[in-house]
Amino acid sequence: MELLKLMARNALRHKLRSLLTAVGIAVAVLAFMLLRTVVTAWHAGVERSAANRLITRHAVSFVFPLPYAYRDRIARVPGVEKVTYSVWFSGVYIDKNQFFARMAVDADTFFDVYPEFLVPADQLAAFKRERNACIIGAEIAERYHLKIGDVMPLEGDIFPGRWEFVVRGIYEPRDKATDPTSMLFQWQYLEQQARKEKSDREGQVGWYVTRIDSPDNAAPISEAIDALFANSRAETKTETERAFHQNFLSSMGSVMTAMDVMSFVIIGIILLVLANTMIMSARERTHEYAVLKTLGFTGGHILALVAGESLCLSILGTAAGMAATVPAVAGFKNALPKGWFPVFYIEPKTVFFAVLAGVAIGLVAALIPARRATSQKIVEGLRYIG
Amino acid sequence: MRSPHAAGPIPPRVDPMPPLIEIQNVSKSYQRANLEIPVLRNISLDIDAGDFVALMGPSGSGKTTLLNLIAGIDRPSAGRIVVAGTDLTELNESELAAWRSRHVGFIFQFYNLIPVLTALENVELPLLLTGLPKPERREHARSALTIVGLADRLDHYPRQLSGGQEQRVAIARAIVTDPTILVADEPTGDLDKNSADEVLRLMNRLNREIKKTILMVTHDPHAAERARSIRRLDKGELV
Repeated sequence: MELLKLMARNALRHKLRSLLTAVGIAVAVLAFMLLRTVVTAWHAGVERSAANRLITRHAVSFVFPLPYAYRDRIARVPGVEKVTYSVWFSGVYIDKNQFFARMAVDADTFFDVYPEFLVPADQLAAFKRERNACIIGAEIAERYHLKIGDVMPLEGDIFPGRWEFVVRGIYEPRDKATDPTSMLFQWQYLEQQARKEKSDREGQVGWYVTRIDSPDNAAPISEAIDALFANSRAETKTETERAFHQNFLSSMGSVMTAMDVMSFVIIGIILLVLANTMIMSARERTHEYAVLKTLGFTGGHILALVAGESLCLSILGTAAGMAATVPAVAGFKNALPKGWFPVFYIEPKTVFFAVLAGVAIGLVAALIPARRATSQKIVEGLRYIG
Repeated sequence: MRSPHAAGPIPPRVDPMPPLIEIQNVSKSYQRANLEIPVLRNISLDIDAGDFVALMGPSGSGKTTLLNLIAGIDRPSAGRIVVAGTDLTELNESELAAWRSRHVGFIFQFYNLIPVLTALENVELPLLLTGLPKPERREHARSALTIVGLADRLDHYPRQLSGGQEQRVAIARAIVTDPTILVADEPTGDLDKNSADEVLRLMNRLNREIKKTILMVTHDPHAAERARSIRRLDKGELV
């Protein structure tokens, strides 16, 4: 018979109360992990930002285009290794509820600057050869049952008209943080259509992306790029990819901050619930703790018993909550419109925080009852009538 | 001058055995709000090893308080208590806890077994502090339960035992570490006559056969008769 066994049996002495407490902890951990996963998914763009990439956009707003002519001037800035550019195409595929990024990119340079999009060499070559070719993410291919050679029709909104693309490549994301749901086609195709229609969008790109030699040089290179176009018709703002994404997300920042705070408030609430349970349990065992002390058990032993019982409940609840999170996250993802969150998975950091929270709650909830139990005089404990 | 060896070797001087328990001028009072309530007044008492002493007296006379002081679960306000050569008033809390685990076996009126542990596990409990390996702990606990006649109730939980059986488990728990003294606070107070007799017979056996020193607080004159000596307390003083 070890003290561990006594801890576990104490934890299960009032089965209904223990069950309700553990379920409460499980629900809180589930909510915590789900909220953290949503917040993580929201910030996925920021997290996957490369330190050696800069984004150059119109100084006034992201929605204003930049001249294609800037490309060569940016490329000549010292420290710039490669320049590519993109245009947000938007458009409708099947219906308006199908969300995923649809962008026109420079076929020759895009995949050099974004090595996290893994495209087989033959497919990339085919993509470059054919003007209306496109490359889609593996998840898009799976979701819409698309394969190489299939035609993907899009109804343009920013760029009106019916657009037909031929799938020539399917990319795999290099890691879980990479968006597997983009659809990329040649900017040259967009340009060709703009020229044909004599659109005012001719010769324009949405933003430039530059790969630089060292993240340490991000600030001077950004300044150098923006200085090139100061006082021009289209002044630029260059920033790191991370800063760019953060600015992009700032409109929803307060909602995300609220969710972030909520996730930790939930942990605080469940801490109070467990602390309440432990205070009740420890009070009920006042007499037993006094008996143990008469037998020679020290305050340390009593502390271990109370903390151990509390940990038993919190770990049980945390484990159940974590187990329930996996199907809950999958269900949540399925319930959202397709493509709402291109990257939606439980981060290892979230799992770590949940485990840490479980252990911390168990220990902190035991503090007050353990202090009471250890400091109580034996004779008072023996006289206690619960 | 006569040689010390003139009349043959001198027989060795035999010092009388010091008492096992020496209580010297012990007083105890409790503080209630701003009021000091004296419970024991200047008590001095010696108890020899192997004795079986019954402490009697009316409620509130200080019997249990004196027992608690001797057992090291409370501290006197004044005076000294020396048990088996150790001055308890000089020990700190953790030293006192270690001392209790080695020297004192407790028998309570309401048995005070841990309800989630079996009889065997309850008896094994004090042995967890000894560092004995598990098989030896189990063996000692079995032996103690055999001594009290409960070898067939090892895996029973307290709720599955009668009051008398529970008290016998408590006695087994008290003797399993082979303590220097056994202290019993109204050990028959919650038992029917037959069970009480059984428990008293057992305590008597422990005193006579294993020479355990026993201090028993009781109201019951019938229980006190089993002791070798009876000390009476009234209003905190030995009478």
